[in-house]
Amino acid sequence: MHPIRKKRLTIVLFLVAGIAIAVALTTYALRQNINLFYDPTEIAAGKAPQDVRIRAGGMVEEGSVQRDPESLNVQFRVTDYSASVPVQYEGILPDLFAEGQGVVAMGRLNAEGMFVADQVLAKHDENYMPPEVAESLERAEKRKADAEKAAQSASY
Amino acid sequence: MWQFFHKLGSPKWFYGIATRFMPWLLASGLLLLAGGLAWGLAFAPADYLQGNSYRIIFIHVPTAFLAQSMYIMMAVAAVVTLVWRMKLADVFVKAVAPVGLVFTFLSLFTGAVWGKPTWGTWWVWDARLTSMLILLFLYGGVIALDRAINDEKSAARAVAVLVLVGVVNIPIIKYSVNWWNTLHQPATFKLTEKPSMPVEMWVPLLLSVLGLYLLFGWLACLRMKTEILVREQKTRWVKDLVMAGRG
Amino acid sequence: MAFDSFSAFIAMEGHGPYVWSCYAVFFILVAGMMIWSARRNRAVIEGCKRRFDQQQGTSGRDARPKASATFTRVEVSQD
Repeated sequence: MHPIRKKRLTIVLFLVAGIAIAVALTTYALRQNINLFYDPTEIAAGKAPQDVRIRAGGMVEEGSVQRDPESLNVQFRVTDYSASVPVQYEGILPDLFAEGQGVVAMGRLNAEGMFVADQVLAKHDENYMPPEVAESLERAEKRKADAEKAAQSASY
Repeated sequence: MWQFFHKLGSPKWFYGIATRFMPWLLASGLLLLAGGLAWGLAFAPADYLQGNSYRIIFIHVPTAFLAQSMYIMMAVAAVVTLVWRMKLADVFVKAVAPVGLVFTFLSLFTGAVWGKPTWGTWWVWDARLTSMLILLFLYGGVIALDRAINDEKSAARAVAVLVLVGVVNIPIIKYSVNWWNTLHQPATFKLTEKPSMPVEMWVPLLLSVLGLYLLFGWLACLRMKTEILVREQKTRWVKDLVMAGRG
Repeated sequence: MAFDSFSAFIAMEGHGPYVWSCYAVFFILVAGMMIWSARRNRAVIEGCKRRFDQQQGTSGRDARPKASATFTRVEVSQD
C-alpha cells in the first residue's frame, strides 16, 4: 500500500477507535439513566429513589392480580423471580397484560414500598408462535408437572 | 485483486455493470418482496400473544435491518473515500443516504404503530428506540452536510468523517436490548441459535428481507447512475452514451 | 390462508387499522422513492442530451468546412 494511504488509514482507524471509546465511557457512566426501568431486585435493595417518577419492570406474578370490581383499580406484584414489588394502578391495562407476562410500570415508590403506577406498558419477549403451538406447549408443561407430582407421591 | 479495485473506481465501468444488473435486481426484488409480504399478511399463522398485529413485523424488521446494514456499507465507503479518494465511494454515500433516511423512518413509524396495540404506547425513550432515532438524524445530517458544502471534494471528505463518527451508533442499536433494560424485546434472530419463531413465520420474513435488499440494490444502482451522470456530464463517454440513447 | 373470509382479513381481529396503515405507508414511500429516483435519472439524461445537441448545433456550423479536410476519424478507446 502507498505510504500516504497507509497514513490516512491509520488516522481513520484512530478516529473511529477514539470515538468508540468516548461513547463507550459515556454510555457506561450514564448506564443507570439509559436503563428504562428498575427491576424488582434493585427496588428491594433500595437502589430506586422514593417519590421520584421511575419505571419498574418485570413479570406479573402468577395469581397476584387483584381487580377491584367497582373501579379500574388493580393491584399486582411485579417479580424477577428473586424479588417482587407490589404495584397499584388505576386505569385501562394494555391488551397483552396478563399474569406471567412482562410489564413496565411508570409511577412513584411510596414510603410503604408500594409502587403507585400511573402508566402500565406491556413488554413481550422475542418468541413468536401460532396459538396451537402455544397451547400444546402449555399442555406438555402441565403433563410434565403432573408426572412430576405423581412421581413424587409415588416415592412417598 | 488491486486491478479489480481500480476498475471498480471507474465510473464508466460501473455504469455499464449497473445497467446490466438493474433489470434483474428489480424483477427479483419485487417478486421476493411481494411474495414475502403476501405470505406474511395472509398465510402465516397469527401469534399466540399479539394476534394479527404482529404482521407488521414483515415490514418493520426488513426496513430496520436495511437501515442499519446500509449505514455499515456507507461507513465502508467513507473509509474508501478518505483513504483511497475513490470517487465512486462518495457517489455511493450520496446516492444511498436518502434511501437510508426513508427506511429508518419506516422502521420507526411501523414500530410506533405496532407498539400502540402491543405495548400500550406509541413511543418510549428506551435505548433501542432512541438509538434508532439517532440513526435517523445521522442520515439527515449526512444529507444536509452534503448539500451545505458546494465544493465536491471537501463535501465528500466532510460527509465521510460524519458517517464514520456515526458508525459507533450501529453496535449500540444492535446490542441496546442486551446491554440495558428496554421495553423493546431482544432479537428474534441470532447468528448462533435457531430463530425463536416457527418456520412458517420466519420464511416469509426472510423473503421480504431479501426482496427489500434486492430492491435497495436496484435503487442504489439507479441513484448512483444519476449522480455519475451529473458529475461526468462533460466527459466523452457520457456524450457517446447519451447520444446513442442507451441511458 | 390464516383467515376465514376477506372481511376477516381486512379487520385482522381489530388490529386492521394498525397493520394496514403500516403497509400503506410502506408502499407509498418505497414506490414513491423508486418512481422519483427513476424520474430524476430520466431528467438528468434529457438534460445532458439537450446540452450536447445544442453544442453540436453551434460547433457543427463552424466545424463543417474543416470536417471535409479530415477524412478519417479513428475512434481511439479512452481507457
